[in-house]
Order: sequence, then structure tokens, then C-alpha cells
Amino acid sequence: MLCIANARHLEAPVDLLVKDGKIVTMTPAGHQPPPEDCKILDAAGLLLFPSLIDCHVHLREPGFEYKEDIASGLTAAAHGGFGAVMCMANTRPVNDSAAVTTFMLERARQSHPHGPRLYPFAAATMGLKGESMAPLAELKEAGCKGVSNDGRPVENTELFRRIMEYAADLGMIISDHCEDPWLARGWLMNESRTSGLLGVKGQPWTGEALQVARDVLLAEYLGLPIHIAHVSCKEAVDLIAWAKARGVKVTAETCPHYLLLDDTALEGYRANAKVSPPLRGPEDREALRRAVRDGIIDILATDHAPHAPHEKDGTLDEAAFGFTGLDLALSLCWRLVEEGVLGEADLHRLWSRRPAEIFDLPWNGFAPGDPADFFLWDAEANWQVSPETIHSKSCNTPFAGQNLRGRVKHHWLQGRQLF
Amino acid sequence: MTDTHHYHWPHKDLLDVTQLAPADVHHLLDLAETFREINSRPVKKVPTLKGKTVVLFFVENSTRTKTSFDMAGKRLSADTFSLGKAGSSLNKGESLKDTALTLQAMSPDVIVIRHSSSGAAAYLADLLPCGIVNGGDGWHAHPTQALLDSFSLRQVWGRDFSGKSLLILGDIAHSRVARSNMHLLHALGVRVRICAPRTLLPAGVEHWPVEIFSDLRQAVRDVDAVMCLRLQLERQQAGLLPDLSEYARRFCLGAEHLALAAPEARVLHPGPMNRGLEIANDIADAPACLVLDQVSAGVATRMAILYLLAMRNEGGTV
Repeated sequence: MLCIANARHLEAPVDLLVKDGKIVTMTPAGHQPPPEDCKILDAAGLLLFPSLIDCHVHLREPGFEYKEDIASGLTAAAHGGFGAVMCMANTRPVNDSAAVTTFMLERARQSHPHGPRLYPFAAATMGLKGESMAPLAELKEAGCKGVSNDGRPVENTELFRRIMEYAADLGMIISDHCEDPWLARGWLMNESRTSGLLGVKGQPWTGEALQVARDVLLAEYLGLPIHIAHVSCKEAVDLIAWAKARGVKVTAETCPHYLLLDDTALEGYRANAKVSPPLRGPEDREALRRAVRDGIIDILATDHAPHAPHEKDGTLDEAAFGFTGLDLALSLCWRLVEEGVLGEADLHRLWSRRPAEIFDLPWNGFAPGDPADFFLWDAEANWQVSPETIHSKSCNTPFAGQNLRGRVKHHWLQGRQLF
Repeated sequence: MTDTHHYHWPHKDLLDVTQLAPADVHHLLDLAETFREINSRPVKKVPTLKGKTVVLFFVENSTRTKTSFDMAGKRLSADTFSLGKAGSSLNKGESLKDTALTLQAMSPDVIVIRHSSSGAAAYLADLLPCGIVNGGDGWHAHPTQALLDSFSLRQVWGRDFSGKSLLILGDIAHSRVARSNMHLLHALGVRVRICAPRTLLPAGVEHWPVEIFSDLRQAVRDVDAVMCLRLQLERQQAGLLPDLSEYARRFCLGAEHLALAAPEARVLHPGPMNRGLEIANDIADAPACLVLDQVSAGVATRMAILYLLAMRNEGGTV
């Protein structure tokens, strides 16, 4: 039996007892003496968090191991506080067959037998081409939890409707990257005053919101659930709020970078700030902050998108889309806690409880019998984002070089200490 | 020349006009005046930049801008050599970074870059220690064009542009000429108007210090100059315009429009012109049209720019 003593949990000092991979009790610190033969770890000054769940990552294996592989991605996840991650299907080959899913899960089992756990997304369509439905039952049987065409949104609305219906039979949630295929093809950033002055092609917010509207209307018409990936604009938030008020089974995520940055980060043609969907305006950032507090946006996700240095070092149009995220996510969110935008309990909800509920995954609510997935957070730790300080293979982030506060000190999954 | 004895040019690179203080602009244009005189001599060459090397790195096609820089360098006795996309290894899949580092290894004093990506010049300027001149990057900036346009206008308007008005006519959204001229002319006190169909206006244009028109007859009224922009034919293919004859019907600058402008109003065009599309044939040949003055202004202005960047660390003044 293990006792984590004097850790701070939601403002109160607690003692946590763990046995056989499960939570035994969590009680006010010093309330009852630890049992005999109990290994005691004094966690005074550290915060106790449930392990986080990231339902949107790109681990690049198979096919792009020079950017990231499952082993390095899961190590980054563990050190970022994540006990489970859901990886997207845009690998090479695409995860549209049981063989690929099985390969991914086997790689995870080899490198991280004790977690973090990997839950692959099934491609919605063969090769992500948006032409024909992938064998979702086979993929579910192989271990896929959700369905997504992330990165290459399904243009054909009839096909998308049928995928929603077919996936619903299997109890698989669809996570949709919302982007109109025609509005502003070839965009590099948000269409805004900044894009106009920089002279680069922008994506208007309508390019995202139109697909969100399509999705929530289909979900209402069919009476089926839909999950909206990485919301970046306030109009999409409004549509989701509207749909929720109508009783539509819609859930949504946004990412730390949309809560912290706006499109002025692209000034100077900073390729490290290029991401899809694009960083929007300050008013979008504020609307998203309200939405994660209010629960209109249900969860946070990283959209962890590692790329090799040379893929980000060039002109803005040459550069790849996306940021590395797993190592940084909670430290970035901690900035929001220190600014008073979010509270600790919000982080538990946004990063752990709600993602588990949406995708039907195990999670730790610190109730007796819950899986002993938790970590200790050193809120005073100062660290600088660099290739040397993170565990992902890639350091493509607009926060590179910045000082962040807060880091995971120790992490346990199913009662076993990872580090 | 005034006040230049204590003036020191502070810039390693010329990326856009927005980096220039009014003193920089006036110094540069004054210097161009002195170089213009060289261009009218029987022997059009001075030894000023002897031993300096200027690379013309034109990844996007250009004839007149490259020739203008080449002539400017040669008249100052700099060694100039050209590298295009075909001659470089960019065609072999080499990145801009590697091509640029290769060029730097040859120790040039100045690299002039023309590139189809907005921000390419700034990327090079961050990467390389030599002086970088932006010879046009994507839709973003074309500072030497804006400076030579102001040089041309100075010959007509004198040094003080305040109270003057100028209309930029045509495809503003995709024009680096429009952006750089808008910034520079505004900074020099010109009231700038723009006129284009909505589909050729950039995002956020309502925040620019310009008056926006969609009707050419209203836009041109009482202006002191009109700057026509070249319409790239691919805009029609991209679905931004119905067809070219309809564009010409609405936006081709003709004598009937110029009659509404101020007396003595001038016409500018960065070239190459599409006669009958953005500028009527007779206007292109009229005395009011400064197109050829712009070309000769280009050489003098670029001589000044190459001089300032190549001699930046030599402590010299002219």
C-alpha cells in the first residue's frame, strides 16, 4: 500500500491511500494514521491531480517517425500529466484497417506497458480521402475508440451523415475537424487585419463555423452525438451554445493555444505560430475562455502536432501546420490558473472527467475503487521550453524559448510510479 | 542636400518602407537625386562600390526590377551577379534556407531577393549577416518600387507632399506595390484613396489609412495622381472577377476619368502594363503618364539603396 501524504488537492491538504492499482481513500491530511507496512511519500508543497486525458494528438507512427513516434509521444504524454491519449489516423499508412490499429497498440504496449494508454481514432474514410467509409466495426474491434477524419474534413455531407449513423450503431464518437473545403483554399492564417497587412491568404472564421453549423444540424436531425474538434472562433462557440440549448448531443474541445494567443503571433511571419485551425482574434480568445469556464466547450485537448525543425524553418507558406503540445499543455493552462481565468477544479473537469465521459474511458475521481492514475504537480517549478527540456521529438511551438511555471514531478498510473 | 552631414543610415536591410523614419526616406531620395545626375553623363559609371558584391536572387520572374538593380549596381562599379530559380538548386528541392546560406558563403555585401512568398525577405534578413533588399515578396511589400514612385512624384510635386491626393487603382489585395505605396505615401502626408472591386480588397482594409471606393468616377475626382496596378490574369481564373472585359469596363483608367481629376494630374504604373485592361492605350502614351520617368527613377533610387546598405559599416556619407 502507498500513502501520498500532505498533498494539496483542490485547496485542501489530503492523504491518498492506494492499493492494487486502485484508490483506497482520500482523506483530509493527518485525519487517520497510515496503515502499517505502508510506503509513505510526503508530498507537502505539491498538488495532487488526476491523470489527464488528451483526446486529440498526432503521434506520427507509422510513417513519420522522424517527427514523433509512439514511444516518444507517450513519454511526452506521461511527463505532461496524461494517463491516456487518443491519436489521430493521419499516419502512413492511414489507420483505416485493423492491421494499423493493432500495430499502434502493439508499439504502445512494447514501449509503455504500464501506460500512458493509447486509444487510436479510426479514420472515418478510407485513406482519409473522404470517398468511402472505413470498416469501423473492424477498427473498433481492433481497439479504436473514436472516429475522425482529422486534417482532411469530409466534404461530402451525405457521406458524413452516413458515417454518423453507422458509427452510432457501434457506439463510436465522431470527432470532426470543421473546415469548409472551399472557403479560402491555401490559407496560412486567420483572415484578418493582420493577414491583410502581411499579404498572406487567410481563412475566415466562416470557414470553420459553416462546418460546425452543418455538424450540429445533422446531429439534431439524426438525434446522434457529435464532437467538434479544436474550436478556434467565437461564432463556433455561439453555434455550439445554440445547439446545446436545443438539446443537441454536441460536445466540443479547444486547445491551450487558442486560449493564450491571437493571430498577431504571426507578425514577422513566425512559422512557429502557424496552426490549423488558425489562431484568431483577441475577441475569439476571450469568448473561448468564457466557454471553457461555462462548459459550452466541454474539454481541452492539445492537438499535439509535432514536426521536425526543418519543416517549420522557412517562409510561412513552406511551413507545416501545428504545434507540439503534450509536454507544455498543463503548464500553459497553469498560466491561466495564475491569471484567474481557470481554477484547479476546472482543469480536473476539462482535462479528465469530461473527456472520459465523452469517449467512455476510465478516469480517476479519487473515489474508492477508481483507477490510481494521478500525478504530483510542482506549481513552483520554473522551466524554459526547449528541445532539451521536453520529451517530444519536436519543439515546434510558439512558446519555444519561453519560461513556464509548473511541471509534473511524479506520475502514477494504476498505482505504479512512472517517474 | 540638407541635414545629411550628421545623418547615419541605421538599417542593415530594406524590407519594407514601414521600417523607415521620414529622415531615412528624405535622405535616401536626396541621395537618389545626386545619383540621377550620373545617369545622364556620357560615361555612366563611378567607382563608389568598387569591390562590393551584389547578388540578384530573383526566385520569382522579373525583368525590369532585376535589370534596374543590375544597372544600379554596375553604375556604382559593384560586381553584380544573378541567380534565378532555374540557376539555383531550388529547382532541385533545396530549401530557401540552404540556397541562402550557400549565397552567404560567397560573402556578398548585399542580396536583393524577389520571391513569391510574403515574408521571404524578412526570413533571409534574420538568417544572414549581409544586407538584404526586398525586391518584392509575395503580396507583402515592394519598398524600392514605392521609393522610386515617390522619387518620381518629387520631380513633379517637389519635396512636400502634404495636401496631395493619390488614387491607387486595381488589385489591392494581391499587390505588394499597393501596400508599400499606401504606407509610404501616407507617411509623407498624401491622402490616399484606393479603388477596386470588393473581391480585390484585402482583409482589414477598413483599418488602413485610406479612403475606399468601388466607383472609379467618384474615386478619381480631384486627385493629383492615379497609380494603376497591373491586373494578374490569374485573378479571373481564381473566380474573383467575371471576365476581363467587364473589369476593364469598370476599372480601366481612361481620358474621361482623368478629366475628373485635378488639373495636371499624373498617372503612374509599376509596369508591365496591360493596355486596355487597367490603363487605356491613349493614357499610357499621354504626357501625364510617368511610366518611363518611373523606370529611370528606379535606377537612381536603387543606386541610393545599394549604396546605403553596402557602405553601412564604412562610416561614409555622401
